[in-house]
Amino acid sequence: MAEKEIMFNQAMEQLEEIVRQLEQGDVPLEEALTLYQKGMELSKVCHDKLQNAEKQLVTMMQEGKEVPVNLEDGSAK
Amino acid sequence: MASDPYLSVKALTKYIKKKFDVDPHLRDVYVKGELSNVKIHTSGHIYFTLKDEASRLPAVMFSANAKAVKFKPESGMTVLIRGDVNVYEASGQYQLYAQSMQADGIGDYYLAFEQLKEKLAKEGLFNAAHKKTFPRFPKRIAVVTAPTGAAVRDICITLNRRYPLAHVVIYPTLVQGAQATQSIVQSIQAANQKDYDILIVGRGGGSIEDLWSFNEEAVARAIYQSRIPIISAIGHETDTTIADFVSDLRAPTPTAAAELAVPSKAELLDRLLNYRSGMYRTTANAIAREKASLERLTTSFPLAYPDRLYRPFIERVERATESLRRETFQQFNYAQERYKNLDKQLATRTPESRIRQSSLELDALKRRIDQLAALAVRDNTQQLASAMRTLDALSPLKIMDRGYSIIYKGDSVVKSVEQVEAGDELSISMKDGVVKTSVSERISKSKGERQDG
Repeated sequence: MAEKEIMFNQAMEQLEEIVRQLEQGDVPLEEALTLYQKGMELSKVCHDKLQNAEKQLVTMMQEGKEVPVNLEDGSAK
Repeated sequence: MASDPYLSVKALTKYIKKKFDVDPHLRDVYVKGELSNVKIHTSGHIYFTLKDEASRLPAVMFSANAKAVKFKPESGMTVLIRGDVNVYEASGQYQLYAQSMQADGIGDYYLAFEQLKEKLAKEGLFNAAHKKTFPRFPKRIAVVTAPTGAAVRDICITLNRRYPLAHVVIYPTLVQGAQATQSIVQSIQAANQKDYDILIVGRGGGSIEDLWSFNEEAVARAIYQSRIPIISAIGHETDTTIADFVSDLRAPTPTAAAELAVPSKAELLDRLLNYRSGMYRTTANAIAREKASLERLTTSFPLAYPDRLYRPFIERVERATESLRRETFQQFNYAQERYKNLDKQLATRTPESRIRQSSLELDALKRRIDQLAALAVRDNTQQLASAMRTLDALSPLKIMDRGYSIIYKGDSVVKSVEQVEAGDELSISMKDGVVKTSVSERISKSKGERQDG
């Protein structure tokens, strides 16, 4: 894993900014190619994060502490 | 004094009061009338007059009972009151002691709802300007609801299905009953101590009484003060609570709240695909565009016919060269012309005739020298011949022929007796040889003296 793993939202926002810049069309070609490359990487990161997201982490706040929760009966595990 | 026919005011009043006390009808009455002169004391007691078109009845509701009234009593309202009628001894007035009060017709809850809504609206709690914006990709979501039941399950299932990236924290909360208002407020405030991106406050469907806590002012203010953007999801779509008005976003159901809170994974994957194809398209277009302009440039006049770029310069060079040549040639011609002129002038002033003349003179002089020289040679030759003849005649050999000899002392010819002394060795050269002799005596002719050796 990267030293500072990018968060999904950051990756997504960067990606959208890149898409926006590319669609504006006034980016110099060299930059456009760099953006394209970066954008493809980010989209892969986002895609992988979404695809590989495991079961959602759900916890319950009990006396100021987060504890795992059983959604079937609402009890703390 | 016991027979005093006069009663004290107090006694009479007590008597009257007793009459009220014992009357079963007055002990528990239901009365309907219009509120007027409503005064809510700081202690919470409500003083008012209940009236109809014919009569007026002073009334009081003590704070313990007033707290249970859902709405705020206001003059002009028609209300249904249950209570008892009794005497207020201090003023000698009978009055209605209200135990409960309900709004007639529209219902208490409705009235209370409308009143709070109006009040908070006036304060600006519902203003769009106060609505917070929601992060598009929330990382942490707090859910303020009952830990059991359909609502929390619906929310969690939907969140998990749509956006499993978010971490969901449930704040177990009482959402109905006497403690609900306080519990909801506490949960909202507790969640605000932490770092959440979105807060979902909600519960499943129920009666208006069940949902009532969400119409309480305390809950409305807790939502308003929340730093975290709140999605409210209370009851069913048809239920709208005050909390819904104050929240930053109202969801018709808990499931809808979860849908509003997070983006859908499927949509995001779709969007990613669109981004990829979009980026590819725009980049490919950009390349194509640059290619096209490169093409345009290469086929453009200057690049397609680069020689035409410097043709004017070539022309200039050629013209310049040409004019240089012409100029040079002219200069040359001019110079040549001048030279010819000078040459012609020079020719007319040539010293050639003088040279020829001098040359002729020189020849003549040479000839003369030759003649003179020949002449001189001839003269000299004649002179030489006569000299030779003379010389021959004078030759010592000839003279010796005639008997003369030459005397040498060493190499020197002895011409005088002075040259010799007695004893000198002398050589006498004669015509046919040499005689060596020595001087025995010298006799000088002029002095006659003798010198012996």
